[in-house]
Amino acid sequence: MELTSSKEPGLHIITVQEQRIDASVALAFKDRMRNATEGGEETVLLDLNHVNFIDSSGLGAIVAAMKSLGPARKLVLAGLTPTVDKVFRLTRMDSVFGVFPTVEAALADFGS
Amino acid sequence: MPDPTVIPPFALSLDGAEGAVREGLAKAMACLKPLGLSVEDAGTVELVLAEALNNVVEHALAATKESTTIEIRGHQTAFGLRLTVIDRGAPMPTGTAPVSKAPNIDVAFDDLPEGGFGWFMIHSLATEVHYARVGQSNLLCLQLPVGV
Repeated sequence: MELTSSKEPGLHIITVQEQRIDASVALAFKDRMRNATEGGEETVLLDLNHVNFIDSSGLGAIVAAMKSLGPARKLVLAGLTPTVDKVFRLTRMDSVFGVFPTVEAALADFGS
Repeated sequence: MPDPTVIPPFALSLDGAEGAVREGLAKAMACLKPLGLSVEDAGTVELVLAEALNNVVEHALAATKESTTIEIRGHQTAFGLRLTVIDRGAPMPTGTAPVSKAPNIDVAFDDLPEGGFGWFMIHSLATEVHYARVGQSNLLCLQLPVGV
């Protein structure tokens, strides 16, 4: 489970460098996310543009990652591919996260 | 009348272990390739099958020590694609496929659900879900509205 990280003013961009977040990597994903975001305060933008499939365990892991940031720190999503988008819409989890079509759109919205 | 089916009935098996689910899904999706499913429909099939297989390895086979396999059978019907997932694990506790409502997301931040989506997604995407215990096997039959 490879994540890459970059920082913009007020925004920590984490890009998932995998095609799938499923039951077999859900725990590793949660661990990597915790390590990557620990100690920061800025909003986290999770870039999922390389991910073409998540199952319910993957969805749960993304929710867990959001909860581990605490209520004061936001997790927003960008780059949802069709099947990933389907999972978020079906479970209405798209209403819990801020969802942006692309990283660029998120950056524009966050004013950096 | 011409035969509307594009693919012959197929059957494949995978190890009954979490680590084998990805490969099993890839094999099943390869069998469906000739259908030329849209990304949307392929996503429907892969999600339903993934949740069904995850349930088998996480629940039915949780206490199974010896190695075992899961079988996936598929054929086209006039209504779509019919998939059957067969395992030799523990029976479904209720004797029927759980009907799951969507987990409630209108809750406090700390209470947001991290699970409980699997059966809800299966029931949302499949047009028919039927479970049967036959001898020592679990059969989960799924009808998916794709490829018609």
